[in-house]
Amino acid sequence: MSAGNTPVSLVLTEDQESIRRVARDYVQRSMPTTHLRALRDADDALGYAPACWSELAGLGVAGMVFPESVGGVGLGFAELGVVLEECGRTLAPTPIVSTVVLAGGAIALGGSEAQRQQWLPGVCAGERVLALAHDEGTRHARYRVATRAEPVAGGFRITGEKTFVLDGHGAEALVVVARVDGAVGDRTGLALFVVPASSPGVAVTRTPTVDSRNVARVRFDGVVVGVDAALGAPGDAADVLDRVLDRGAIALGAEMLGGALEAFERTVAYLKTRKQFGVPIGSFQALKHRAAQLFCEVELSRSVVLAALRAIDAGGPDVPVLAAAAKARTSDTFVRVAAEAIQMHGGIGVTDELDIGLFYKRAKVAAMTLGDGAHHRDRFARLHGY
Amino acid sequence: MDPERRGDLEEFRASTRAWLEAHCPSAMRTPARSADDDVWGGRAPVFPNEDARVWLERMAAKGWTAPTWPREYGGAGLSRDEARVLDEEQRRLGCRMALKSFGVWMLGPVLLEYGTEEQKRTFLPPTARGEIRWCQGYSEPSAGSDLASLQTRAVLDGDSYVVDGQKVWTSHADKADWMFCLVRTDAAAPKHEGISFLLIDMRSPGVSARPIRLISGASPFCEAFFDGVRVPASQLVGTLNGGWKVAKALLEHERALISKMRDAAFGEDEPLESVAKRYLGTDDGVLADALLRDRIAQAGMDSLCNSLTLRRSAETMRAGRPPGHETSMFKLYGTELNKRRFELLVEIEGYRGVGAEGSDVSAEELASTRAWLRSRANSIEGGSSEIQLNIIARRVLGLPE
Repeated sequence: MSAGNTPVSLVLTEDQESIRRVARDYVQRSMPTTHLRALRDADDALGYAPACWSELAGLGVAGMVFPESVGGVGLGFAELGVVLEECGRTLAPTPIVSTVVLAGGAIALGGSEAQRQQWLPGVCAGERVLALAHDEGTRHARYRVATRAEPVAGGFRITGEKTFVLDGHGAEALVVVARVDGAVGDRTGLALFVVPASSPGVAVTRTPTVDSRNVARVRFDGVVVGVDAALGAPGDAADVLDRVLDRGAIALGAEMLGGALEAFERTVAYLKTRKQFGVPIGSFQALKHRAAQLFCEVELSRSVVLAALRAIDAGGPDVPVLAAAAKARTSDTFVRVAAEAIQMHGGIGVTDELDIGLFYKRAKVAAMTLGDGAHHRDRFARLHGY
Repeated sequence: MDPERRGDLEEFRASTRAWLEAHCPSAMRTPARSADDDVWGGRAPVFPNEDARVWLERMAAKGWTAPTWPREYGGAGLSRDEARVLDEEQRRLGCRMALKSFGVWMLGPVLLEYGTEEQKRTFLPPTARGEIRWCQGYSEPSAGSDLASLQTRAVLDGDSYVVDGQKVWTSHADKADWMFCLVRTDAAAPKHEGISFLLIDMRSPGVSARPIRLISGASPFCEAFFDGVRVPASQLVGTLNGGWKVAKALLEHERALISKMRDAAFGEDEPLESVAKRYLGTDDGVLADALLRDRIAQAGMDSLCNSLTLRRSAETMRAGRPPGHETSMFKLYGTELNKRRFELLVEIEGYRGVGAEGSDVSAEELASTRAWLRSRANSIEGGSSEIQLNIIARRVLGLPE
């Protein structure tokens, strides 16, 4: 197997290192884990702080991957990945994945110039939050779309129900994956529509999750949209959807890498200070060896995330394979690291007082989001023709 | 890298490519068929054919069998980047390795660092030319993972050390000319502080070696015995009782080598999924066995991630940033991955993966069975997986003893 065919260095450039410093500085100061706790304890419906999102947008995060022609910064996913990794370290909730990567990505990749100009400048400015309404069942499945879009005079009528819509509550508009043709599970016949959340027939219900993020169920009850709401030709959206979901998987992988690194580093620090039987528990081989194994898993995760982010920017044909490998590995690694973090912390690890439990909850939710390890191993196998 | 250096490197690449195309015999550009095609050199070298002899002579004359060594010691004085280019160009042409040598891979780098001028002049040039075949005298029956508890003794008697004891798992000891060997020179000192590093001529009276048969069949591993062997004191490398430092430096080179070879081996073998398709069949384009398919995909991903990590590590070093103690990670992960791969291969082949000589299985199946059994040693030799975990825990994570 080749090590990916994107000949881009996996070492951060000086510019990327300085983006990391800026992002780390902001996130550690303004969005430490106490920030997530405050939102959670207030039962905040959005699950993120608009003021922080606005400040991050001011730092160029919201427009990082978009071209200057739509108000973006014109950098790439290598840079956005660095920011996501830092957000992952403090479990900082932001609409980066929902708005910038998924919904914004669908508009950027599938939309007309007019549609891009309509939506993306507001995304780049941090003023518009959008969401991708895709999944319908109890787990992520790329083409399992039953939501129908029937042609009506001048447009389409959309009917169906979406689950696990990231940042769906409070989103100004939804990019809906619907079917104009074919059966549930078919790759053909899919369409993408931009639907304002205020449209008649749209019903958004908040569905709280253990990681305290904003996830919603969205019903489309005969929602009528014009033909100009469609991104690309209705029925041919699978290519754009694939690219958007690959990018989403990679971006979420970058965030999970940050979470895994942080949970791991905190645990190693604890192993050095916590004493039992008169010695630091990190001197026990039963814990040492497991920590060393986790180190290897995290390092391998880092490599594949870096490679996948760079492959998006290079436009390489290896993006789908790297997306599957990155999401499978970061999903499995983050859950394993966080679970081991709890075990190695002992009793205090299962208290709400300690942050480790927050990492575990985020790990499990993020692992399921956009496909878990098993989902992406299946996809990896399919992409390799077996 | 600055543009000037990059330009020089591209010039080096072009001239290297031209030289290799002109001087690598065409028979040496075909894949080696078996271990019999390997060239190990030595006093009585064995070549599979005349081209192999010519190829070694030409490469040695260029100093390219030990490309990064200084010219005066038989190398070519290449930079790390130039050596990488040489490597890439040989791979591009499909050149066979002109010389396999523990002397070049392991001993040379530590001799350059710790050897006396006389030792370097005596041993390095003939090693680079493939005239000395070396073996590694480290493990002993009672000193495996706890290598520092080794008991082979060397006592100074006049201007010689007298060596008594036994080594085990010594690759090619029966064919080697010389051994680099760890011996105990102070039995009273703490175990790490009474070890010395000696170079021993295997023709010396009192040295004997015999091969070990493994679960996979015949093997290059030997036992070596020393019975009152006299070794000139000038063949001590480093300081008396200071051999552990030399020994550890050499192990770093060995681990890097093992992980590199494992990674290369992955590229050459038929992908597991393609073997699986033949044995298990497909159902609508998907492997018929869902559980094996999941494990094959996991192994494929892990192999990809391991390769990417090796690449990242190399790039980090080239960028002039300090590498971590990554050789232990690569040794650990690479060998565990290799074992997993062969476990899967045999499970995919089913009954035909566990046939022995004389059964109706094909030569390829028999080879995969042997390789599977052989792979069990990967996570033991060169420092067991548990030792690598200890090293990562201590040196990388800083966990207390």
